[in-house]
Amino acid sequence: MNWVVNNLGLIWSLTLDHVALAVPPIILGFLISIPIGWVANRFHASRGVLLTISGLLYTVPSLPLFIALPAILGTGILDPINVVVGLTIYAVALMVRSVADALAAVDAGVRQAATAMGYSAWQRFWRVEFPLAGPVLLAGLRVVSVSTVSLVSIGSVVGVSSLGYLFLNGLQRNIIEEVASGIVATLVIAVVFDLLLVLAGRVLLPWAKADPTARRARRKTVETAIAGPSAGGSAVDDPAVSDPSMAGR
Amino acid sequence: MDLFLDGFAWIFDPAHLSGPGGIWARIAEQLSYTFGAVAIAAVIAIPLGLWIGHTGRGRDIAVLSSGGLRALPSLGLLIIFALGIGIGFKAPLLTFVILAIPSLLSGAYAGVEAVDKRTVDAARAQGMTEWQVLTKVELPLGLPLLIGGIRSGVLQVVATATLAYFASGGALGVFINDGLKTRDYAELIGASIVVTALALVLEGIFALLQRLFVPRGVTAGQITEVRSRPVRPRAVVGSPIQEGK
Repeated sequence: MNWVVNNLGLIWSLTLDHVALAVPPIILGFLISIPIGWVANRFHASRGVLLTISGLLYTVPSLPLFIALPAILGTGILDPINVVVGLTIYAVALMVRSVADALAAVDAGVRQAATAMGYSAWQRFWRVEFPLAGPVLLAGLRVVSVSTVSLVSIGSVVGVSSLGYLFLNGLQRNIIEEVASGIVATLVIAVVFDLLLVLAGRVLLPWAKADPTARRARRKTVETAIAGPSAGGSAVDDPAVSDPSMAGR
Repeated sequence: MDLFLDGFAWIFDPAHLSGPGGIWARIAEQLSYTFGAVAIAAVIAIPLGLWIGHTGRGRDIAVLSSGGLRALPSLGLLIIFALGIGIGFKAPLLTFVILAIPSLLSGAYAGVEAVDKRTVDAARAQGMTEWQVLTKVELPLGLPLLIGGIRSGVLQVVATATLAYFASGGALGVFINDGLKTRDYAELIGASIVVTALALVLEGIFALLQRLFVPRGVTAGQITEVRSRPVRPRAVVGSPIQEGK
């Protein structure tokens, strides 16, 4: 424990670096995946294509991606931008499926009612479909947040400062406490981010608890994400979700 | 783009391809880690996942622990094992087993759980024992998700096996380490291309396996329509709508 007490300042500043690298990809990934997910859900043909592409993007291993990005972007190899762009790509790859599934899980009756009330497509999306898709989107975002926070440390292999520094330095100097403190700090960040997202969900989506269809779709999204985006178990494969009239049976 | 050409030139240089420390040998190491770790993880996680899916017990613990394991940074885990049990192949292998378990576990229990409960009840009503229900009904019907879990476990491990060199465990990361140390960008890009290609090839093979190994009856019963249908198939005129049917 001595090492930890003597190096609290270092751990804290690396934690801040870690957070600074993790937050932009989560937000950017969310924003970018909304239009892509919308297109994926809207047209039958685009769904397969876009979900396959995002699955393949997620397949690209992170270390090679961080190394190849400078060659593609023209940035320096030590530039933190590479890590942010790389993690944003993973966030989009994970999130596109969540957005498509979340929109598909919106009750078709509600959608029809909104159209009948005279909402334009744009209004209907932002005021009806997007809020109703909220709980499933939140579930997807939680998975993205956890995976981003744990992937940031790989960036330290290519020299971008994060908690991963503690792993590499701990290995060189043979200090097991240093490595352990890096793992614990990463877990703490992941848990704090998760709690913040859940809290945001409570505040922004007070109706989330009431709707059993959304709850089932949400659970499915989390499980799919845990099993991997290519696992094939998307929310809409469940007949109870894709066909709301089955939900009560 | 010249850098990528340099990378390909590095890969296809005969001096790099063969030999004990060559690309083929490193690919073999990377694949041994991948399939070794996934096999060990499968022995632990699949029976457990099937049991959780069949009985419904311990579901929340499984979800929580898979989420928690996912948050663990694999690099940190690998290094702590390397410092704890020593360098070599054991520390990476242990890390990759832990990495693969969540995918396999959730694939197994989600597969069994996704089986229509009416089908399970029907099987029971036919007089099947619980073991028969599991092996003859739930397992075949849950196979797509189970294989999906194995697939994502394999992909995660094959990508992460690149890190094995931190514990002096060989595999393709050795080239990345060399490239970083000597600032040899052709080697870095070349090794990155090889790792990525390996992951994509495995992804392709598994996509194929998923088609081949799933019993025909399972895919026949699946709903191919991905878009949600309207609540009422057509407008009802003149007769009461049966809400909540």
